[in-house]
Amino acid sequence: MASNTDVSERQRSAQQRLRIIAGHLQKREENEHTALSAQECKAETSKSNAAKVPKRRQEVMKWNGWGYSDSRFFFNKKGQAEFTGKRYRLSGLILPSLKDWFEGTFGANLQHKTPATASLNVSAVPPPNLNEVFVEELKAAGVALSTDPEDRVFRSHGHCLHEIFALREGRIGRIPDLVVWPSCHDDVVKIVELACKHSVCLIPYGGGTSVSSALECPPEETRSIVSVDTSQMNRILWIDEKNLTAHVEAGIIGQDLERQLNESGYCTGHEPDSMEFSSLGGWVATRASGMKKNIYGNIEDLVVHIKMVTPRGVIEKSCQGPRMSTGPDIHHFIMGSEGTLGVVTEVTMKIRPVPEYQKYGSIVFPNFQQGVACLREVAKQRCAPASIRLMDNEQFQFGHALKPQVSSIFTSFLDGLKKFYITKFKGFDPHHLCVATLLFEGDREKVLQHEKQVYDIAAKFGGLAAGEDNGQRGYMLTFVIAYLRDLGMDYYVIGESFETSVPWDRVLDLCRNVKERIVRECKERGVQFPPLSTCRVTQTYDAGACVYFYFAFNYRGLSDPIHVYEQVEHAAREEILANAGSLSHHHGVGKLRKEWMRETVSSVGLGMLKSVKDYLDPNNIFGNRNLL
Amino acid sequence: MASKVLYSLRDPVPKKRDDFEDILEERRNSSDLRYALKCYTPAVYRNLLPCKASMLKTLVLQSESLRYVINQVSVESGEAPEVVREEASQVLEEMAHRLQLSTVRFFAFTLSKAFKALYRSVRVNEEGIQRLQQAIQEHPVVLLPSHRSYMDFLMMSYVLFTYDLALPVIAAGMDFMSMKFVGEMLRMSGAFFIRRSFGGDKLYWAVFSEYVKTMLRNGYAPVEFFLEGTRSRTAKSLTPKTGLLNIVMEPFFKGEVFDVNLVPVSISYERILEESLYARELLGVPKPKESTSGLLKARRILSEDFGTMHVYFGTPVSLRSLAQGHISRSQYNLVPRHIPQKPAVDTQAFVNDVAFHLVRLQEENMVLKPWALISTLLLQNPDGMELSALTQQADWLRRLALSFGAFLDWPDGERCSKVISSSLTIHRNLACVSGGRVRLVVAEASGAELSAEEAEFNRAVSVLSCASYRNQTLHVFVRPALLAVAMHTANSNRRDEVYNCFNVLRNIFSNEFILCPGASVQDFEEACYLLVKCGAVQELQQEVVMSSSGQMTLSFLCSLMEPFLQGYQVVCRYLREDTQEDLPEKNFVPGVRNFALQLILAGSLRCHEALSSDLQKNALAALIRLKAVRKVKTGDQVMLKVNKMAVNSLEDTLGGKIPTQKPVLARL
Repeated sequence: MASNTDVSERQRSAQQRLRIIAGHLQKREENEHTALSAQECKAETSKSNAAKVPKRRQEVMKWNGWGYSDSRFFFNKKGQAEFTGKRYRLSGLILPSLKDWFEGTFGANLQHKTPATASLNVSAVPPPNLNEVFVEELKAAGVALSTDPEDRVFRSHGHCLHEIFALREGRIGRIPDLVVWPSCHDDVVKIVELACKHSVCLIPYGGGTSVSSALECPPEETRSIVSVDTSQMNRILWIDEKNLTAHVEAGIIGQDLERQLNESGYCTGHEPDSMEFSSLGGWVATRASGMKKNIYGNIEDLVVHIKMVTPRGVIEKSCQGPRMSTGPDIHHFIMGSEGTLGVVTEVTMKIRPVPEYQKYGSIVFPNFQQGVACLREVAKQRCAPASIRLMDNEQFQFGHALKPQVSSIFTSFLDGLKKFYITKFKGFDPHHLCVATLLFEGDREKVLQHEKQVYDIAAKFGGLAAGEDNGQRGYMLTFVIAYLRDLGMDYYVIGESFETSVPWDRVLDLCRNVKERIVRECKERGVQFPPLSTCRVTQTYDAGACVYFYFAFNYRGLSDPIHVYEQVEHAAREEILANAGSLSHHHGVGKLRKEWMRETVSSVGLGMLKSVKDYLDPNNIFGNRNLL
Repeated sequence: MASKVLYSLRDPVPKKRDDFEDILEERRNSSDLRYALKCYTPAVYRNLLPCKASMLKTLVLQSESLRYVINQVSVESGEAPEVVREEASQVLEEMAHRLQLSTVRFFAFTLSKAFKALYRSVRVNEEGIQRLQQAIQEHPVVLLPSHRSYMDFLMMSYVLFTYDLALPVIAAGMDFMSMKFVGEMLRMSGAFFIRRSFGGDKLYWAVFSEYVKTMLRNGYAPVEFFLEGTRSRTAKSLTPKTGLLNIVMEPFFKGEVFDVNLVPVSISYERILEESLYARELLGVPKPKESTSGLLKARRILSEDFGTMHVYFGTPVSLRSLAQGHISRSQYNLVPRHIPQKPAVDTQAFVNDVAFHLVRLQEENMVLKPWALISTLLLQNPDGMELSALTQQADWLRRLALSFGAFLDWPDGERCSKVISSSLTIHRNLACVSGGRVRLVVAEASGAELSAEEAEFNRAVSVLSCASYRNQTLHVFVRPALLAVAMHTANSNRRDEVYNCFNVLRNIFSNEFILCPGASVQDFEEACYLLVKCGAVQELQQEVVMSSSGQMTLSFLCSLMEPFLQGYQVVCRYLREDTQEDLPEKNFVPGVRNFALQLILAGSLRCHEALSSDLQKNALAALIRLKAVRKVKTGDQVMLKVNKMAVNSLEDTLGGKIPTQKPVLARL
């Protein structure tokens, strides 16, 4: 139907889109002498629609750390930090100031190493507890499966600190007994039917990026535990250009979904920080939020239709009306159900044409208070860019430590000049100033207009525009932070991030109190050196904001660092709740935050959720014990 | 109950206390002028938002909470919002301090002169100062000094200036404002003025609380106020008021500050400036109105010797730690924080518990001089004592007080007789030695003969003056003393019965002494512990028994309670015998005073302390609390409705007939 011009038009915009999305992830194309394509930034995939995530994930990804095996930070012989691989902007670069920041912030020392166990000791993995009949019937049904220890260990955890820490020490707890790879909706129906018939426990597994202990196998589970890896259900089944929707299998991971849609000139615009690895089904199951939600919305705004397989049968709506008044929205029982009710198999999502133009930006504020006031005003005027984030001073300094080696004396001179202008001429205190990072998207003209509007508001709060580069580096930080945690763990430093959402009038108080609570709790629990305790406001809403905390400390001298860590995180969450923050904005509850659910939704609310679970899954086939 | 956890950690063993430094010593050796003009750069709160006093007013007037109340008042009263706002602005004008360093320097200079004339030394625990300095930098600080004299807040600011600490803003009663010049001077040295009563005035309350909270939140300066609300005329700690404490805690409850440091400060006087003034006031001679000329007349006291003064800065108490497990801060999640909310019942209970806890911390670090012990003994021997007997008993009492954990400033290595004679020198207006006997000094008529009434009045002045020194020791002895009385009145030695008596007495006297609400079991256990420790009592399995050597201690402790037991009985008798069912409240104090005086004149009562209006009011408050008397408002008069039966039974109880109640074994 499409004419030739249409096709070429679409291809051109797809090319452009690729360039854009590569922006905050990818190595800069100038440094590459190959033609532009997405494959360098997004794993070893080709343009074809072949499987993007292999069944044996451990062959590309770390079994005991974050991300791709080829990408990691390390300190070279000269003591300079380097980032390996070719996937990211930072790849292959030297980060000269990271060492000083690292040692200065944590009191860490490069001489004191805590290396991880090099490889998985297969003999330490408990033998699988298999339900033979179930396995037989599954094989007969033609579903791919594995009992390989490496496969099972890989799917036994998410990325909470305690999970990764245990793996690094080679400690293996309760793990799935079997991994199955359904390849389509019907496979899932079969698996769930057989599981009900033979009473085995199913745990859906998407991207494995959970940070709420949601993927941990309940140690008390006596049935055979089967991990349902959805990664092979990764096709875009159709694109509806009239309604701008796409029907997609739920196992697809974020970067593949975007890339494939881009090829047709579209995008979903849903970009959670974990989008390189997290899956569509996982987003639905946790109520995920994307960086650019100001334009595209969060997952609940993006989803038009969901199909989920439950022990009771398949649940879905009969039409794709954009809004319905048909009782409580059944999608809202599914979104955030965290794998306790069934497996999401197919989702219809809104799509948008790839935006024409994208621009980063940043603003320096004299202090955090002014920055928050500015964000509040931006939200009030409802003119937030695709993304606007405010980093506190500690995080600003952290970001600075990740500056790659400057290539010329001129750049370094320019940097010095900028610093002089801001600190001396404008009188900003380098220990108080903070930075907002911005990302604009849309028509070129509108972007520029929008940009001006935002910078004008910022100026009223003492904000100074501080360039695209700072902005871009800010976004990069969120993609490499998990890699950095692995580096820290090599040198006695452990850390984690957590988030909340909070009304505007409470933002400042919450940030201050939680950061201080962390510092105080660490001190009381014998942590020798003050911790890194930092936050940023990452999303703005009409009535409040999402706040993200990073917290890390040097655990030398502590006999049980993970226990100390957990106590401090627990205290921090209590402090959040005492300061009107929510239990979670987008990470979910899992098993980590379950204890606060009753307080959060009231006993009656909890009862409502329980009765839904009891109806859909009376025998607790989906037995990951999250949420309730 | 909230209080349990708060007090259960109390360690009855005396704590190690800090050493003192005399801050006047340096003043006597170097220039006061140079001192007053010294470089003053105090350490400030690390999250301080710098702001001038005038800016502060704007912040308060523009605050959301005040704007909310202004609108509310405007809607309710029908006045235009501008009018109400203007009113609020005037209230603030009347209230606000205008701290000025130059005025502070002026005070530093003049007070140096005055203090050197009045006191031999002013002793401060420097470790406490260091702790305070640390605390000021970390979190907003609330200074909570004890209040025995006008001197208290002048001295507080003086000490803080001396040590280069941030000067506090001080909540002061409006009465000072009537001293034209002085009031303004105090304002410029950091005092802000609040009306004594503003019960229903919503706007006043809003302005006042927002003013205090703004200073606290911004870390503008340490906020200082007196938990007891007013000067104690009896040197006993008064039942704490919780209004201001509530206000300073709110920013923490609402998450506006991470923590608040509450710093109890104990100011002890060897001799109180207002000594006989207080006694007269308690006997019904009206308090002289604060006036500048009155102050100037008081100049002559500069030639007198007021001995040593002690200022002890207690360890800062973290409100956050106190609130842990008692207050759920998330209760403020669902209503905007600027909308005033009446504190929840458990919050009120918590604030009240903390108030008592803090007053006890003040008491714990009050320094007792030998004279406090001597006056205790003299009051128990109204006909005077042989000097030798006094010496002997004072030494005995010293050891008892120390074993009860008293903070006693008794000269080291000096002979007891010498200590006593030096005490008697300072207090020669209260006691004298003649013919080897020590007795109270009672003013004699110079010319004309005194009437019998006047003679008793003069005697009462001496007794009450003296009692104010004895009262300094009460916090040390009150719990064991109540136990001693309970053991005396109980029908058996059974622990549950003794506890029952103890509890009844404790309940009656809880307006008289600082007895933490709900901490009756802890108090009982503390009393038992102390009496066992000093060897006066033995705890057998289910019994509390006097030990063979315990007679002296127990009878001393019983005598200590005697004036209170008798005084309360007199009040009961008055209400039972001398009044109709209805008594106008304003007639109560004069009535009972006259009743007691008649008893004294008739020779049937020897207890002059029954004349003290403080005791009478406390007794009435207790009777009201115990529902033996009801307060009824009729027209513009407040009437007391007396339940004679109940009063009668209470009188019996005080007279030693404790009604048997169901044993409360479960609680022990």
